[in-house]
Amino acid sequence: MQRTGAQIVWECLVKEGVDVVFGYPGGAILPTYDAMLDYPVRHVLVRHEQGAAHMADGYARASGRVGVAIATSGPGATNLTTGIATAMLDSSPTVFITGQVPSKVLGTDAFQETDVTGITLPITKHNALVTDVRQLATTIREAFVIARSGRPGPTLVDVCKDAQQASTEFRWPETVDLPGLVEPEPPHAQDLARAAELIEKAERPFILAGAGVIRSGATQALLEFVERTGTPVGLTLLGLGGFPRSHPLCLGMMGMHGEAYVNSAIQHADLLLAFGMRFDDRVTGNLKTYAPHAKKIHVELDASEIGKNVRVDLALVADLLATLKALTPMVPAKRHEAWIAQIDAWRRETHSRDILHQDANGRLLAAHVIHDLWKATGGGAVVVTDVGQHQMWEAQYYPHERPRTLITSGGLGTMGFALPAAIGAKMARPEAEVWVVAGDGGFQMTQCELATLQQEQLDVKIAVVNNGYLGMVRQWQEFFHDKRYAATPMLSPDFVALAGAYGIPAHKVTARPDVVPTVERARATPGPFLIEFQVQKEDAVYPMVPAGSDLHAMIRRPAEAATEVKA
Amino acid sequence: MKHTLVARVADQPGVLNRVASLFRRRAFNIESLTVGHTETGDVSRMTIVVDTARVPAHIVEANLRKLIPVMDVTDVTHLATVDRDLALIRVKCAPAERAELASLVEIFRGRIVDVARESVIVEVTGDEQKVNGLVDLLRVRGIVEMVRTGKVAMVRGSTAEDAAIGHGTASAATH
Repeated sequence: MQRTGAQIVWECLVKEGVDVVFGYPGGAILPTYDAMLDYPVRHVLVRHEQGAAHMADGYARASGRVGVAIATSGPGATNLTTGIATAMLDSSPTVFITGQVPSKVLGTDAFQETDVTGITLPITKHNALVTDVRQLATTIREAFVIARSGRPGPTLVDVCKDAQQASTEFRWPETVDLPGLVEPEPPHAQDLARAAELIEKAERPFILAGAGVIRSGATQALLEFVERTGTPVGLTLLGLGGFPRSHPLCLGMMGMHGEAYVNSAIQHADLLLAFGMRFDDRVTGNLKTYAPHAKKIHVELDASEIGKNVRVDLALVADLLATLKALTPMVPAKRHEAWIAQIDAWRRETHSRDILHQDANGRLLAAHVIHDLWKATGGGAVVVTDVGQHQMWEAQYYPHERPRTLITSGGLGTMGFALPAAIGAKMARPEAEVWVVAGDGGFQMTQCELATLQQEQLDVKIAVVNNGYLGMVRQWQEFFHDKRYAATPMLSPDFVALAGAYGIPAHKVTARPDVVPTVERARATPGPFLIEFQVQKEDAVYPMVPAGSDLHAMIRRPAEAATEVKA
Repeated sequence: MKHTLVARVADQPGVLNRVASLFRRRAFNIESLTVGHTETGDVSRMTIVVDTARVPAHIVEANLRKLIPVMDVTDVTHLATVDRDLALIRVKCAPAERAELASLVEIFRGRIVDVARESVIVEVTGDEQKVNGLVDLLRVRGIVEMVRTGKVAMVRGSTAEDAAIGHGTASAATH
């Protein structure tokens, strides 16, 4: 059948199972927007293209399905780039479609022309410029296949306006010919045997579980492996939810703001099992002193991650689910009682320093807000965080039991991520209770998407944790720059009035007894609801491994720190 | 240490840019990179010599492999290979010295391909060591201008036949 390029875009999206796209129209993408009206795909009009990219990303992270965003040429496309880079660093399967000036004027600095494939080359898994309508269907199909395959990530298709307008015979390519695509291979038998041998010999084994657990759907397989081998588990930020936090062998987050007992366990372990993680600098601290006694087994889909940061003794470049299914029956059932007792001793010591057990003296602390939010939501919400102190407190004080219940920008650390990503997550999983947890700084970066939220009438609840500072930067200034607070004190609007301007009900909380009742009120209110939590101005996330320091050299929360916090 | 990687890549616009961009953003150090046509119309071949002092060769290889147009990568550093570098060297040469120069160049199986009043252009092909040897000798006479292609390499004999079979299997995989 004859179709215009614009129609082919939508034919392809429908074939790929896309039910919603996030975007913003403009001149070079106008033919595609015109054709959209004839296809059963919901379009969410954003207020800034960065929001569209984060929404597609949030959609993908919440569901595992490919998220799609669409924008026009030039500024439309460049506004996407922060979101594309965010998706790239966290391996989120996303497809971006951008309009481009007509092929005849490419390279002439035509109105709203930018070299979009050039700009996005280093922040996509792959991208392509389509100048001829006959290439379009195959190029879009390939973009989806590549975005989903192996270690997922963003792809971009830049479509010249004349290619959208021209017609051709449309045939959706069921299969594509991509000889360069790296497909996961099953784990090799001799590597599995070697892994089983190392696991059998280990007396102090420890699992480092990353986002790969969630991506490969290996949550259950990991649980079976852990229960058979009696191995304690630490999680990366993006791995949270991949293993139930309430499990007795789950220790929680590792690394820069991980609990001290998790990092102590890593530093004392004699075997590290790295499952779908990439030894990020936020996880390892100083590489020279990292896990000095441990043999290391790295199970990772992406061969380029092997030996990048940490030298490993055995690497299995394979899908984690396939590896665990093969490996678990090969290892003996074990209990590491002495090792677990040692970890428990460290854990008890930490318990006394925990801010949850300290008196806040009537002040509202962000960690307490997160804890109460967890209680009031029964721990079952999909929480989408921004970046900064609140993000770390969320990771520490909102225990996640199931995969895809924490959505956060880990690798790129993109402020402004939370609100748009939550909109995407809610579109992907309408049945889920979705909460934004954002700081006053990050929230203001993309708060224009409140209008999108209201226009789409989505049931997303928002917690703005307002401490009047760019809190994490202020914390670094406090610790490492002599408390010289350069450009971190921040004036914010009245968030309740702001929400009101968008027609969104809101309430401000300044005292702890009001936290749970207000969260309950938000939950009982249909549609969006914003709560501003006016919290302690100067508080720090503890413990902390200063960047590049030894993992065991943490800055700990002083035993009665809460009383020392300035009013 | 220097490693020599041979990559077969789809002959598409922008492939060289993707490879160059990868090396730039990962701070991999390219010694030389050559690209040219192969026996297959839609496949080009790159011979990349990379300094692996900072980043191990397998990481460079794995990163190259992640680029979609890159079909396969072989590290031929420790394989028996035929490798060649071609140099054009304009060297100072008075008319009276031409015969002597010609016989010197002849030892390196090179030849004089252009003659001007006070200089000649010498062409030489061989492995890098041989070319370097001639360049050193010509330097004392005064090199005015030089261009080298950088290394191209091909695996020798039966190793290559095994590798070619490997290539066949890899490119048969479609999705």
